[in-house]
Amino acid sequence: MSLLKPGHRGCAGCCDALAGKFVLDALGEDCIVVSPTGCLEVFTTPYPESAWGVPWIHSLFENAAAVASGVEAAFKALGKKNNTKIIAIGGDGATLDIGLQAISGAFERGHDITYICVDNEAYMNTGVQRSGATPLYASTTTSPAGKVSFGNPLHKKNMPAIIAAHGSPYVATASVSYAPDMMKKVKKAAEIKGPTYVHVHAPCCTGWKFDGSKTIEVGKLAVETALWPMYEMENGVVTNVRKLKNRKPVEEYLKIQGRFKHLFAMEGGTGEIKKIQAIADWNVKHFGLE
Amino acid sequence: MKLVIKTVVKPGSTRANKTGSWRSFMPVFDHKLCSKCGICAIYCPEGVVYKLENGFFEPDYDYCKGCGICANECPKKGIMMVLEGK
Amino acid sequence: MRQRMVVVEGSYAVAYAVKVCRPNVISAYPITPQTHIVEDLSQFVADGEMNCEYMNVESEFSAISALIGASASGARTYSSTTSQGLALMHEALFNAAGMRLPIVMTVVNRALSAPINIWNDQQDSISQRDTGWIQLYAEDVQESADMVPQIYKLSEDEDVLLPSMSCMDGFILSHVYEPVILLEQDLTDEFLPSYDPEFILDPKNPMSFGAFADPSTYTEFRYKQEKAMETALIKIEEIANEFSDRFGRYYGGLIDSYALDDAEIVIMAMGSVIGTIKDTIDILRSEGESVGLLKIRSFRPFPADAIRKALNKAKVIITIDKNISLGKNEGALCTEVKACLYNSDNRVPVIGFMMGHGGRDIPVNMIIKIINKAKLVEKGIFIESEFADLREDLA
Repeated sequence: MSLLKPGHRGCAGCCDALAGKFVLDALGEDCIVVSPTGCLEVFTTPYPESAWGVPWIHSLFENAAAVASGVEAAFKALGKKNNTKIIAIGGDGATLDIGLQAISGAFERGHDITYICVDNEAYMNTGVQRSGATPLYASTTTSPAGKVSFGNPLHKKNMPAIIAAHGSPYVATASVSYAPDMMKKVKKAAEIKGPTYVHVHAPCCTGWKFDGSKTIEVGKLAVETALWPMYEMENGVVTNVRKLKNRKPVEEYLKIQGRFKHLFAMEGGTGEIKKIQAIADWNVKHFGLE
Repeated sequence: MKLVIKTVVKPGSTRANKTGSWRSFMPVFDHKLCSKCGICAIYCPEGVVYKLENGFFEPDYDYCKGCGICANECPKKGIMMVLEGK
Repeated sequence: MRQRMVVVEGSYAVAYAVKVCRPNVISAYPITPQTHIVEDLSQFVADGEMNCEYMNVESEFSAISALIGASASGARTYSSTTSQGLALMHEALFNAAGMRLPIVMTVVNRALSAPINIWNDQQDSISQRDTGWIQLYAEDVQESADMVPQIYKLSEDEDVLLPSMSCMDGFILSHVYEPVILLEQDLTDEFLPSYDPEFILDPKNPMSFGAFADPSTYTEFRYKQEKAMETALIKIEEIANEFSDRFGRYYGGLIDSYALDDAEIVIMAMGSVIGTIKDTIDILRSEGESVGLLKIRSFRPFPADAIRKALNKAKVIITIDKNISLGKNEGALCTEVKACLYNSDNRVPVIGFMMGHGGRDIPVNMIIKIINKAKLVEKGIFIESEFADLREDLA
């Protein structure tokens, strides 16, 4: 049985629950998990219950990396830092936005921690508001599509590059839709000494507006359209990419999600989709996906 | 119940909460179509699809929320989502 | 006599006291006038005199956050900050207290911006009054240092388990050179047991810390914090007495007094101004005036009972506040003292004086001035509360 126990209050088809399960399946019992505030934190620990089968701590929204670095320092100071892995699992808001400074500090200090960003591309816990990870033209509750708006006008922040610029020995992107690949990367990240990072793409059925049965399917389409490139970086250099054999047009990914449906209904939407296609094309070129 | 200070709680204790009651559709596993690949178990967000001694898989209906990921991902289309009956 | 006096800076005496308390993890961010404490601690670590992890974090917010993780892992933890740094920690202070983590922090009291000002008042720690941290205020350098092992023992007591601020006035105490006795390692080890909490982050016993409490359980967590504060009221006295027995130095428990028993005019204050008040009382007593001091050592928990019991013959109380609750025209001590007397049999008039803000000096003649103003109460002229040291040319 998984170390993330059932009975939690995640939505039916929840991507965060999948990510949490994969992380614990990859690492086993000898780890400490730090969660910032977010869906995963809230739905796994309604007092007096906890879904976590490993030691777990939640402090605040913006400080998971600092808390994890303090746990690591304590384990070192108390002579307990043997093989115990210290892991932070945060959402995209906690990682790319409000917690960025604490992450920068922890990675600069070089703690032996692994930070896992479970990126569902908006503030889902508070009701699907846009974050720095929300992609271009996604409609969220604070970047809604409307008569004069195609939705979020900004591009997604390139967090893996920011982490790599800190000199992290290992940075990888992964997806909940590719479980064996994700678990392999999480395990590798945890086993490498120093601060490592895995950025996991996680389709949220509630926030992206698709049926909960399609979570894995949607995640696969993000990869197959090259909107979510999967790669590993070691010491700042891309060392491995997941190649695409039959790349699909981005429309196939966009059309099955309610957050992009306005692009297919609004006048001029087709032209805007080309801008999203250009992002995929850039990914293909930049990472050599084909 | 007395509170334990430090907001400390016991591991795995959400098991007290049987989320099977959330379900509208229940997955029914057809072993005749099953290739025993285990994808249904891997992608269950609740972690409650278990391998049986005979190698086939079955969900724990006490916790299964009926999301349908298992049925959607089954390469053999061997899992049917059936409306919950009274 | 085994105790030897040395002349050192206040910050050094405190850093030395921290060293002999053997913290496992220190996490701090530099800010004037706290810097000398963390510099001295860094040097102890660099010289191999301390066996601890010293974390140079990127902000005060991460300083306290790292200690939340470290304390939950079973480490004894320490930080020091002041003013803007303490304000930046605000959110995490509630969190540390709610999770019942006995983090100890020296607050080197300093004014808050704007206008930016690096000098002493107590607005910073007073503004954190309701975060659930114990707050003790030291009168001089020796007390600032001796407060460190006392406050660790208090915080880590299994019936308390609350984080604590040990407050010392910026520059006035942190940067002054005074003759002090540096805390002895062996005596401190006997006084302060090692920290061995019941629950820690441990893969062999995987508990979850910081769960989400809904309306059905949240209230009881708050109630338990308040009960722990009430326990601290007793423990502060016990620990001060035990410290006195072992080290021969006593500064009061919750409160202390000076010429108080028969005093008709009672001055109440916290921090380094206590010394000036004592000098003033000596002068006025020699002139036959009935003036005494009630020193507040513990501001949280607030020692309401101890205060009520200590006021025998008081006809008027003067409070000195190096802080103000804007819009109330009153300092926090004034408000608290009034509140604790309102339902008592001994409802003495309380007059609040705010002074010493942003580092403005409080000389003896200023204390005499407010005592003379307080005497007007006998003639029926009552001042509620006022800034006592305003510059008329600027105001």
